[in-house]
Amino acid sequence: MTQELRRTAIFEAHVALGGRIVPFAGWEMPVQYAGVVAEHKAVREAAGLFDVCHMGELELRGQHAVVVADYHISNDFGALPVGKALYTTCCNAEGTILDDLIVYKRGLEDVLIVCNASNLAKISAHFKQAAENHCEFRDLSEETGLIALQGPKAVDVMRAAGASEATLALPSFSFAKDTVGGFAVTAARTGYTGEDGYEIFCRTEDALGLWNALITAGKPLGLQPAGLGARDTLRLEARLSLYGNEIDETTNPLEAGLGWVVKLDKRDFIGRDALLRIKEAGLTRKMVGFEMTGRGIARHGYPIVPEGGGAPIGLVTSGSPGPTVGKNIGLGYVPAALSAIGSTFAVEIRGQAISAVVVKTPFYKRAR
Amino acid sequence: MAQNPTDLRYTNDHEWARKEGDLVRVGITTHAVEALGDITLVDVAAAGTKLAAHARFGDIESVKAVSELFAPLAGEIVERNAALESAPETVNSDAYGAGWMAVIRPANMADFDALLDAAAYETLLGTL
Repeated sequence: MTQELRRTAIFEAHVALGGRIVPFAGWEMPVQYAGVVAEHKAVREAAGLFDVCHMGELELRGQHAVVVADYHISNDFGALPVGKALYTTCCNAEGTILDDLIVYKRGLEDVLIVCNASNLAKISAHFKQAAENHCEFRDLSEETGLIALQGPKAVDVMRAAGASEATLALPSFSFAKDTVGGFAVTAARTGYTGEDGYEIFCRTEDALGLWNALITAGKPLGLQPAGLGARDTLRLEARLSLYGNEIDETTNPLEAGLGWVVKLDKRDFIGRDALLRIKEAGLTRKMVGFEMTGRGIARHGYPIVPEGGGAPIGLVTSGSPGPTVGKNIGLGYVPAALSAIGSTFAVEIRGQAISAVVVKTPFYKRAR
Repeated sequence: MAQNPTDLRYTNDHEWARKEGDLVRVGITTHAVEALGDITLVDVAAAGTKLAAHARFGDIESVKAVSELFAPLAGEIVERNAALESAPETVNSDAYGAGWMAVIRPANMADFDALLDAAAYETLLGTL
């Protein structure tokens, strides 16, 4: 990549906090500060703060905005109440995945779509075209900052930063406008870690001030800045898909274990016909979660082979030590016949077939 | 920053070597440890393995990265640090002590003297 890397509005704070900066999806982002495991544990036990300003925000407005959004995603956006958001895939006509999104119903004629940074150009063009002659489209990514506050102490950090009672009481996947740390925000009860928490939208010019206000308010509560490294191990333990790993334009949501965001009986949407056919034909491969029973760590791209070795029968999409579960865990595609819990196979690690077993996911589920 | 003991020798691959009689104990430097982060798995070739200089003799993994261990000099592994199998984090806490990787019987002890001394290693780190 020769393209020049971009910096978020919070970049200087990451450097001041000792963050190790790496290139990610065209941005210079912190991969860790104190260390992946320390940050991971802070999010599970107290709270962590993530700069996710690099993510994309797209707006659809007008009478047909909801219908346009609904036609381009697999989950049922039409039925969603105002003030709620949902997780969904956005498929092409073949039923494979262009991106995974959170879509917010801000009003009956006002939709916000949050997409992955790595897919922003593609998804922005996709919805711009979708909106043509139907509704207004705006790419708000440049002007929008986004900070994720995650962990069991997230509510306490928000309270300390001045959030309203309404924000503190928001149900999961609800969102509302508020003032936090003196800045106008929209706080959503969403996240990517398997913990309670918020994703907080602000103006780009307020992002650094909001970050610093949250860090200051959260410090006595154990809040730590957390980087991409911890974000990855946290989402893996919670079995949340990462675009480019579990899902991409060669995978469909049904085999990816995302059937719960595919509503085949709602109004027509792009990819529906293909997904109906795929469902009818039966899945040939499925995403599973596994634990290594042999000594080794599975990594993205490692082959899955029969126990004892042999030609590849599947592929590891993500793998890492799970700091909270205390095991070496992974996600990968295997033949449907090997997808039941308790099925065994091996992961080829540096030429050796190391045993693994399919386990129930998520690997980690928080106590409620 | 990293304190690199002056009684050790070093390699461009960020390994250290300590002369112990006619044997050489090897490990990775604190610079390498800091670059790797939380170490979660150490895999070293068994005793009896014959090594050429710079040959891979094991792997070291952190939460996020996989990295190879290279022999600082030619010889034969006479012992590996079995304690790291169950406690790889020892490398993070004591890279120059309990976090050692292997003991090698060098084919030629003169190879040891040809390794970088602490001053040369720190010069190398300064250029990175």
